[in-house]
Amino acid sequence: MNLEDKIVYTVSRINSEIKSVLEDSYPAVWITGEISGFKTYSSGHSYFNLKDENSQISAVLFAGFGKNIKFIPQDGVQVVIYGKITAYVQKGSYQIQVFSMEESGRGRLQETFENLKNKLQSEGLFDEARKRPLPFFIKKIAVVTSKDGAALHDILKVLNNVKSCLEVLIYPVRVQGEQSKFEIAGAIEYLNKNHGDIDVMLVGRGGGSLEDLWAFNEETVARAIYNSDIPVISCVGHEIDYTIADFVSDIRAATPSVAAEIIVKNRKYTEDKLSLLLERMNSDIKNILSMCTEKLDRFKTSRALSKPHLIYEDKIQYVDECGEKILRRLKEIILSKQTKLELNAQKLNLLSPLNILSKGYAVCSDLKGILKSVDRIKNDDNIGIKFADGKVRAKITEVIYEEKQL
Amino acid sequence: MKKNSFESSIKRLEQIVNDMENSELDIDKAMKLFEEGISLVRECSSKLNEAKKKVEILTEKNGKIEKNEFSDTEE
Repeated sequence: MNLEDKIVYTVSRINSEIKSVLEDSYPAVWITGEISGFKTYSSGHSYFNLKDENSQISAVLFAGFGKNIKFIPQDGVQVVIYGKITAYVQKGSYQIQVFSMEESGRGRLQETFENLKNKLQSEGLFDEARKRPLPFFIKKIAVVTSKDGAALHDILKVLNNVKSCLEVLIYPVRVQGEQSKFEIAGAIEYLNKNHGDIDVMLVGRGGGSLEDLWAFNEETVARAIYNSDIPVISCVGHEIDYTIADFVSDIRAATPSVAAEIIVKNRKYTEDKLSLLLERMNSDIKNILSMCTEKLDRFKTSRALSKPHLIYEDKIQYVDECGEKILRRLKEIILSKQTKLELNAQKLNLLSPLNILSKGYAVCSDLKGILKSVDRIKNDDNIGIKFADGKVRAKITEVIYEEKQL
Repeated sequence: MKKNSFESSIKRLEQIVNDMENSELDIDKAMKLFEEGISLVRECSSKLNEAKKKVEILTEKNGKIEKNEFSDTEE
């Protein structure tokens, strides 16, 4: 072997060349795998291995790139790494230098989720205006969930608080796995078609990983909920889990138990409302009746009704007074007439001839009557002379005329 | 149909209560409304208190879906 004919590399040289080859060949690659042996040094740089079932590769995450990672890298986490293959010349090892990294499962699913969410939102499937209130009186509910899951158990336990008049129809479905979305959507459609008397439908499952809950992020399920004539309460996983089904449904309950509590509260509200109305109506009628009684009492105690005699007592008095006045007046009239009469009688009395006679006058008369002059009288005529207390007969002996003196 | 009549009963009841509270009623009219209201309350609460309470489960048998009594055995 002639060494002069061969190219002899130094270790440094060969490692440098390999580094170049690697960097030229894989300047930008995506690699998926599981993190193991993750360690961050005080410099801020992190080192770990990325592995799958059969192989592994070293990885370095420099502090400058590490800032952009949106999750906390931990051993066992499946990730997708974007980076370049490079070599560490000093040690003669190659590795991936990480530019960016995201959790692989969540990353893909999250993207699908966001895409579907945006699509359905723009189609109006999440519109608030579309969401229906719960019926006032919930009598029959359906539960679409796994027959064996904790969700059904929790729901039934809470519904036990409704003591009467509640029918629960369970439609058992698988809630995870490939077929689950078809089963859930199929159940919603079936119930709408065959059980139109159902007042509200609970659709959900208990907690689990994002993958476990995935059926509720499927478009098929979302559309089935959207097309349901029966109002839907979604109840998937825990408080923190939001699924597409939650956005489409009429009401999103944080958990299956909460969904059942909504039913219980609705019933209590209905019962309370009814008894409140009854209470109000009772007090209303009481008020109206007491108002009427009061009015009646006012009438009863009025002078006219309570002491009716007072009215005619007054009248009697008045009549009495009037009578009295009339009598008095009559008496006065009579009295004045009497006085007048007496006066006239006196006058009359004064004028009476008899009265004159008593004063010394006498009345002379002949056969023809009272003599008022001497004309008719002749000597020897017989005349009568009347005095107050008797008469005399006399014979005229002389007639003397006297001139009337005026 | 059934649930509608319950809801409309409650609506009518609210109307009655409002009428009794807000308008001048003669006693005959008030008594008539009250009677109507009481019978509505009876009707509604008898519906609410119906003893019927059941839990059923739909099961598939030979391609047909059947309704069966359900008991929560995990209790």
